[in-house]
Amino acid sequence: MMKKLTIGNVSLLIAICLFIAMFVGGSIKYDRFGSVSTIFNLFNDNAYLIIVATGMTFVLLTGGIDISVASNLAFTCVLSAFLLDKRWSALVVIPLVLFIGTFAGFLMGYCIQVFKIQPFIITLAGLFFLRGMCAVVSTVSIPINNAFYKSLALSKISFQIGGSRAKLYYYVFIALAVVLIAWFVLKYTKFGRYVYAVGSNEVSAELMGIDVKKVKIAVYAISGFSASLGGFVFSLYTLAGYSLQNMGLELDAISSAVIGGTLLTGGVGTVIGSMFGVLIQGIIQTIVTYQNLNTWWTKVTIAALLCFFIVIQRIIAIRAEKKKA
Amino acid sequence: MATKLLRMEHVNKSFPGVVALNDVEFSLEAGSIHALLGENGAGKSTLIKVLTGVEKMDGGEVYLDGNEIHVTSPFDAQKKGISTVYQEVNLCPDLSVAENIFIGREPKKHGHIDWKKINEDSKELIKEFDLNLDVTKKLGAFPVAVQQMIAIARAVDIKAKILILDEPTSSLSQAEVEKLFDIMRELKKRGLGIVFVTHFLDQVYEVTDTITVLRNGGYVGTYKTDELEKPALIGKMLGKDFDSLAEISVTQREAGENPEKFIDVENAGTAKIKNVSFSLNKGEVSGLSGLLGSGRTETARLLFGADKMTEGHIKIHDKNVSIKNPLDAIRCDIAFCSENRKTEGIIGELSIMDNIIIALQAKRGLMHVVSKKEAAEIADKYIKELNIKTPSRDQKIKNLSGGNQQKVLLARWLATDPELLIMDEPTRGIDIGAKAEIQRIVVDLAKTGMSCLFISSELEEMQRCCNTMYVLRDKKIVDKLSGDNITEANIMKSIAGEGEN
Ligand SMILES: Nc1ncnc2c1ncn2[C@@H]1O[C@H](COP(=O)(O)OP(=O)(O)OP(=O)(O)O)[C@@H](O)[C@H]1O
Ligand SMILES: [Mg+2]
Repeated sequence: MMKKLTIGNVSLLIAICLFIAMFVGGSIKYDRFGSVSTIFNLFNDNAYLIIVATGMTFVLLTGGIDISVASNLAFTCVLSAFLLDKRWSALVVIPLVLFIGTFAGFLMGYCIQVFKIQPFIITLAGLFFLRGMCAVVSTVSIPINNAFYKSLALSKISFQIGGSRAKLYYYVFIALAVVLIAWFVLKYTKFGRYVYAVGSNEVSAELMGIDVKKVKIAVYAISGFSASLGGFVFSLYTLAGYSLQNMGLELDAISSAVIGGTLLTGGVGTVIGSMFGVLIQGIIQTIVTYQNLNTWWTKVTIAALLCFFIVIQRIIAIRAEKKKA
Repeated sequence: MATKLLRMEHVNKSFPGVVALNDVEFSLEAGSIHALLGENGAGKSTLIKVLTGVEKMDGGEVYLDGNEIHVTSPFDAQKKGISTVYQEVNLCPDLSVAENIFIGREPKKHGHIDWKKINEDSKELIKEFDLNLDVTKKLGAFPVAVQQMIAIARAVDIKAKILILDEPTSSLSQAEVEKLFDIMRELKKRGLGIVFVTHFLDQVYEVTDTITVLRNGGYVGTYKTDELEKPALIGKMLGKDFDSLAEISVTQREAGENPEKFIDVENAGTAKIKNVSFSLNKGEVSGLSGLLGSGRTETARLLFGADKMTEGHIKIHDKNVSIKNPLDAIRCDIAFCSENRKTEGIIGELSIMDNIIIALQAKRGLMHVVSKKEAAEIADKYIKELNIKTPSRDQKIKNLSGGNQQKVLLARWLATDPELLIMDEPTRGIDIGAKAEIQRIVVDLAKTGMSCLFISSELEEMQRCCNTMYVLRDKKIVDKLSGDNITEANIMKSIAGEGEN
């Protein structure tokens, strides 16, 4: 049977192809670019963003938006660093911060659903609140010296390929597990399908007997959970908590999802796509670093490449749609 | 006497400014088909919605199998065995056909959704409806009629005691309606109680056993179908005698002694239809007939610039014009009332008034704002003329009943005072009184020199209104009938392709 081609599918395919093309292009242009270690480093450096983007995808699929994730992530980092500094056990701190993040998401979802307020506004409030709470906890960067965190942060698999050493940190597997579970949930569970149904047409979903309220609250809770899990991974990545960390990360997460083929209007998209969205942004960043540009040029170049990428993607997708019709 | 499967008593429901249901009763027997009839805005859909938990009722009791029930949500209704197809197609366009049929009750295997079974089962299921399509494709890719059938298939498959169909036939062709009736009869044999809402009275007499009539939110009565004659039924629905249908056919067809050409289409084509040639005269109503999918809508969209024209010319008053998009068309004094009111028509959050003047505003351009006073006048005029049932012109259009929304759309295009009015199924979902009113308006407008292109699946009304009739088959114009040659028999003949070599 022919595999079906839909907007999401085409975009996903294009995202994967362009990722490969960029990788190949980079490998031709720069020495030492084309190696397993480059790919591994993409995962090492972006594991936390992959997690956040996965949670974000759930929200976007219902046609909502959650711009509080960066603050949520930062708050998780700062709070865990603070508590660990006070000699709390890691086994208490981790579940606690995950719970707080999830609960914050739940609360926002609850307000959005019950008081029928625009998600943008509520999560904007969440953004300010959580960022403010970071500063309440501490305005200076707190290093994490906890032994458990340290050992987790540094354990990795590494092996020799060709002339170079490639390492993959353990926390990358957390990200991969999240993507895998999310993919399964979205495709093979009732809840997952309801997410698509709600995003596709909320009124219809309700009339078909779906509990729209529950679904919508749940996706914000999921987004909150993945933001705080992303925060946990990020604190392993930096081994510190700082209140101004990751400003604007929510936009990275949203743009990753869009690049991966998720429509902001809801109903279309996949978490695999969002993961590739993150990797594409990551590889753009790597290329810019190889080119040795100063930091501001990095931003400009990323912006230009992103534009270019999205335009290319739309052109190809529109072509594909036309051909089908 | 059979058992009362469902009984609703003293049902009340008000919306701000509107009493939608006032002490209504309704009872349904197992193994019967029960028609729920009434004018647009009579409260039929509202009665269904309070029964299935979409709206909360203000007062009243509901008994299922003799036990009082309180339905809290559509999901709850489904669980209690009430399966519903609501008036507007209510499915999810981004999900696959199969999924739309099964969502909410997916089969599982080892704790996860069994996609293979969903796809196979739904293929089986839609075969019963004579549909043969790729169930893994997105629902949104299919025409409204197919979506409607799928919505019905979904409702039928749910193990239910009661099946409610709110105007399921409004976008179906004759063959599909027959198929649906077969299925309804089959379900009736199995002991289901079926509630059937429609504005097609012929269909009422074809399948139903009992009729309940509502008028203005009030209960009029319940009758045995074979004991209530059609004129009496119409009288009960409208609350007065009805004879204007007779008048209209007389006033017709005198128009156009020496007609002046308005528009000429030569070998035009879009991505969806090729080689279209025809012309429309001023002061005439022309019809397009043909089966679903024969290219009627495509032809209309071509004229209005809604699909990009890739070949051929259009001449208006013998001058070449280029119509690249709907705005060009509006500026050429062409108006198009689409068949797809939900997606291409109403703007739910705006008021009736804003919905009416929006096309006029576009035509005048943003520099010439339609003043508040003028807008109010226009809106009030059409609310009165088309008998739109609403407490005020400031009501949000999404709060109107289906048929009344359709009237607002028609008003939108009439307000632009076009030279050519294209109407694609303008009377869909409209009650019999308003239908006659719309037909009369169309004929009257034509008399004042407008040309109309009228698309309808109801041959009877086409026959009554049209001066000329183009018949389409397989995306081609195959015949042109005019004057007294426009008869149902002739149209059917050319649709079927008889009398050709
Ligand atoms: N959500 C709402 N808010 C305000 N008024 C409403 C709402 N829903 C329905 N109404 C009003 O209630 C009345 C009954 O509407 P209903 O949809 O039941 O009519 P109907 O009999 O189904 O008509 P149709 O044949 O046009 O579908 C109408 O006057 C309508 O304007
Ligand atoms: Mg209705």
